[in-house]
This record gives sequence, C-alpha cells and structure tokens, in this order.
Amino acid sequence: MKPAVLTGEHYITGDIACAEGAIAAGCTFFGAYPITPATEIAEHMAERLPDVGGTFIQMEDEIAAIASIIGAAWTGAKTMTATSGPGFSLMMENIGLAVCTETPCVIVNVQRTGPSTGLPTMTGQGDMMQARWGSHGDYELIALAPSSPQDCFYQTIRAFNLSEKYRVPVLVMADEIVGHMSEKVVIPDAGKIKTVNRPTPVGRKDRFKLYEPGPNGVAPMPAIGDGYNIHVTGLTHDERGYPSMSVEAQEQMLARIKNKIRNNLNDIVQTETYRMDDADIVVVSYGISVRTGLAAVDRARAMGYRAGLLRLVTVWPFPEAMIRAIAGRIKGFVTVEINLGQVHYEVERCAGGQAAAHLVGHAGGKIIHPDKVLECIQREFERA
Amino acid sequence: MTTNPKRSAKQPEHPLDDLIRTDRIPHIWCPGCGIGTAFSSCLRAIKATGLPYNRFTMVSGIGCSARGAGYIKLDSFHTTHGRAIPFASGIKMARPDLKVIVFSGDGDLFAIGGNHFIHAARRNMDLTVICVNNLTYGMTGGQVAATTPNMAKSTTTPLGNPDSPFNLPLLAYASGASYIARWTILHTRDLTTAINEAIMRKGFSFIEVLSPCPVNYGRRNKEKPIDTLKLYQDRTITKNGADPARAEIDFDRGVIIGKFIDIDRSACDDRYCEINRPCSDD
Repeated sequence: MKPAVLTGEHYITGDIACAEGAIAAGCTFFGAYPITPATEIAEHMAERLPDVGGTFIQMEDEIAAIASIIGAAWTGAKTMTATSGPGFSLMMENIGLAVCTETPCVIVNVQRTGPSTGLPTMTGQGDMMQARWGSHGDYELIALAPSSPQDCFYQTIRAFNLSEKYRVPVLVMADEIVGHMSEKVVIPDAGKIKTVNRPTPVGRKDRFKLYEPGPNGVAPMPAIGDGYNIHVTGLTHDERGYPSMSVEAQEQMLARIKNKIRNNLNDIVQTETYRMDDADIVVVSYGISVRTGLAAVDRARAMGYRAGLLRLVTVWPFPEAMIRAIAGRIKGFVTVEINLGQVHYEVERCAGGQAAAHLVGHAGGKIIHPDKVLECIQREFERA
Repeated sequence: MTTNPKRSAKQPEHPLDDLIRTDRIPHIWCPGCGIGTAFSSCLRAIKATGLPYNRFTMVSGIGCSARGAGYIKLDSFHTTHGRAIPFASGIKMARPDLKVIVFSGDGDLFAIGGNHFIHAARRNMDLTVICVNNLTYGMTGGQVAATTPNMAKSTTTPLGNPDSPFNLPLLAYASGASYIARWTILHTRDLTTAINEAIMRKGFSFIEVLSPCPVNYGRRNKEKPIDTLKLYQDRTITKNGADPARAEIDFDRGVIIGKFIDIDRSACDDRYCEINRPCSDD
C-alpha cells in the first residue's frame, strides 16, 4: 500500500499527476467512464484509491459517472470524475445539479478537438465556453486550467480545496497535450500540502437550515447519516432546502449561488504574469497555450516589442477587474487559445475598447506555433 | 368569532408522522392517485425494520413519484431525470453501511433511466428500487411511456400506442436483480412486507407497484379510478416464484403479482471490498 502523498521526484504524464493531486487532496471516490485522453486518470485512480481506503467505480456512461460523484459527495467524501469533450457534454445537466444543490466535486476535462467526436484525440481548448455556460440556467462555477504535468498536480489539489470551501463543482480544464505529455513532477512532503475541508454544521440540529449561508456566503454541509434529515433537490429551494415555486426563492437561491463566488474573487481568481512590468502588448493564455505565449513573448522582446504574458490559472470566474485595469495602460491584448475565439471574446469585452484585442486561434489538433503569435504582433503593433 | 371545534381540537398524530416532513403537507398528488399509498407502504416498511432512521436515505429522480423524496423525513435526494440510480450507487459505494432506497416512477426509471437500471442490477448494487408504475408520464400530462400498454391512448399516441411495453420483472431478472416483486396499491400489506424484505435483502432489489393515474391515463382510456382498482382486485393472480417471463401486464389474461425472485448473492460493495481491501480488519 502506497501512502496518499508520493513525496519525491517523478517523471509522469499530466493525467497521472492529476490523479496523484486528487489523492493528495483527500479524494476518496472516483466515478469513471473511459474516454481518451482522460482514461489514464481513471486507470490510475482505480489502482490508487484502495491505497487510501477510497472507492473507484466505472459507471455505465458519463451521466452516471457524474451522478455517482454528486451522490457520494453527500456522504462527506471528496469526489471526482474525469472526461473529455463528448463526456463533458453528457455531464452538463448534472453539473447544474451540483451547482444548484451546492455539492462540492471536481470534474476534469482533458480537452480534445470538437465538435462531436472531432479529432480523437488531438488537443483542443474548445470547451471553455461550455465549461462556463454549458448547463442550463444562470450560475457561477470555477474552472482552472493547468499548463503542465506539475501544474496538473497542484491545480487538482486547488480544485478540491476551492470546491470544498465554496461548495461548488470545480472544473479542471486540461487538454490532450498537458494530459499526455511526461515531465518532471515534484510532489512535496505531505505536511506541505494544504488541504481544505467543507464547512460542517454546529449547533442544534432542529434549528439547522441546509442553505443558511455562513460568513463567507457558504452554508455548512452535513453528511448523510449525521441526523440532520436534509432534503436536497434540484428544484428551486429555500434556505431549508425545501422546494419553493416562487420568484423570491429563485432570486434568493441564485443570489447565494452567484455571490459566494463573486464576493470571493480575490481568493478564487489566480493569474501568473511574465515580463509584464513594462509591457504594452499582453499575450493572454491558459493551459498548454501558455507555452506558445511564453516563447512568443521572449521572441517578441528580442525583436524590440514590449510584450508580456498573462496566464489565466483560473479561467472562470474570469479575471475581469485585472483585464480592465491592464487595458487602460497597454496597446492591446493577443489571446492565444486552441479554438476559434472563446476566452478572446471575454478579453475583448473587458478591454472595453481601451485596448485592442486580437485572437491567435486554431481550429484544433495541435499546439499553436509561437510564429503565429509573432505574426499577429508584427501585423497589429509597432515596436516600442 | 366561533371556532370550529373540529379545527381547534388537536389533530391526532399519524403513526407515520415521525417519517414525514409534515411541514411540507399537503402533497402534490392528485385525488385518485396511488403514489401516496405506495409511499406510505414504503414508510411502514422502513419503520418495521427497526433500524435507526439515519441509516436510511431516499433518492428519487423526476416525476410525480419522485416527489416522495421531498416528503420523507430522512436524508433525501431529489435528483435529475432518470439519474436516481447512479446517484444512489455513488452513495452506496461511498457509504456501504447505508440502506439506500430509490423511489421513482416508470418514466424516470425505465425510459430516460433504463440504462442505469440494468447496470445497477447487473452489478447487484445494494439498492432497494421501488417503481411506481402508472403506465404513463403523469407530471407532464399523460404522454406515452415505456410501460404504456399497446394501443393505449396517451397525449402523444392519440390514436393508440403502436409499441409494446416493458415487462419490468423480466427486465430486472435478465439484468441480474436479487429480489423482484410486483404488487398493486390495493395490496398494501403484501407491498409493505415486500419492501421490508427488499430493504433487508442484500443486493439489487426491485419492486414494481401498479398504481392508477386516473387524471392522465385512466381518463383517456375509459378507465375510472374504481375500474382500475377493480382490475387490481379481480384481474391479478397472486403467485410467488412465478416465471418473470410470464409477467407481462395484460389484464384480459390476468396479471401476475407476488414475489418473483429472492436470491442471495454477493453485492457490488461487498465484492469491491473483498477484492480491494484484503488487509481490512473485517
């Protein structure tokens, strides 16, 4: 039996690193359905979960996989599933259920190219808007984008922590290259890994209300069997969790679901910057495309452009305030993503006409070459 | 102002009140509907186990029957359409000591949720699945279901259903269920006993409860509420151990009710533990 945290240096793929991150974060339940390029996460979890007393089950489809992890989450377990585009589409309705019932869980999407079966299984980043809006209705959730195997390890831990803290499904939006490539992954000592557990109720059980928010807007969550007699429903519900067919209950519920995220953006939104101090051209990127961006920034600098990189570690909620602030002092943004414009339109919206917003996109199937970014910079901007 | 003495008098407590969210009553079910009867049989069966209530949880999908989860005073889950069984499977595998009951309708469990049903039965997932079969989609107004008899009228088969319905006990048997019974809401004592047995039976238990939907099925098929109950009384054949292959619902020929299957075989969670937790103390 191996320990939960495999401290040491490893040479592993992003998928395996993601699975190890989950185990290190305290995940004890994985509901699976095979799909390339995410299958290795399930395979590794099947092997590793018994080590930590956890449970793995391969369900009959992706809908069942996500339903199982939402159910299991209410036993108090930290739960996860992993999929790719087609499975992600099938999971959408139940992602909405997790949002509505405020159930913590982690869904990994190792993106490939779409629409439909697409190019199985070459890389893509075309599921970013689906991640934000794919389930029906209005809501908030959190999506993170790892850009290396090492990052897969850390972002999966962070996904669990955010999910537990805010009682929200968290999406880890990886991609085929990040998932399948092998790199050095350093796993620190168990004591150095910070894990967060969901808030649990205290006080009299007869006065407990399932959705009465705590100080940070998040309601404490009991587990099945704790004696709270909870009722959990995807119907619009009041603070007791009881269905309530009223406009007021809908407003109140949606306010809670949105505000617990919107009021904690400083904690949730994470970005990284590179050579940004004096930059007037900002390359915006996430996931594997960060590598394109990094190379392009260095080469643009060598050519005399004041280029910098803004990496979105958290993609949803979108770092609106930051983009707006940057827009006021730069010439323009160049968003690099393996789709034909998704996050780009968010950047353009937040640039608000103060700075130009250009897209270097691709239909999918391969990483974008830094030359494409340089071409855009040369075409659209002048040297400093 | 005078007060009606009947109103001011303290209402006697119902023996099932400790299992009901009385603050959610009245329920949504129509007059003549059988779901309430099936539901109270389920509550009685839970009570009869003598097990502490916090060892139970109820999961349902979407539809009239699925609203049961909202009225039971247990940890209860009203999930998405068709997905009660995989949701319940997640609970069961994460907490094998819980008694997990799925209470839902035929549309939910056998059309949109049909795939989940056969796979949970195949795995012998330790669930008690109670299907209130009213032969139609009640909540949406009476559309044809996977259980609607051939030639029956519904809003989406106005001239008659061209298709044949599932034989649910046979489907459960072929998929691998450990316990299979069928009763009607007229047979409440047998139904209560069956649910009690199903809860205590380790493995996948399935109980089909025939139940009238006078508003959305009976009305379109010249079947008054009392006619349906008379069919349940006169045109059913109680037979334990009957061949599930002969369990099709045809009131002209007679409908077999009773316990079809009750076998002891290891359940999904037991086998997972056996294989994956060889060093555990038990």
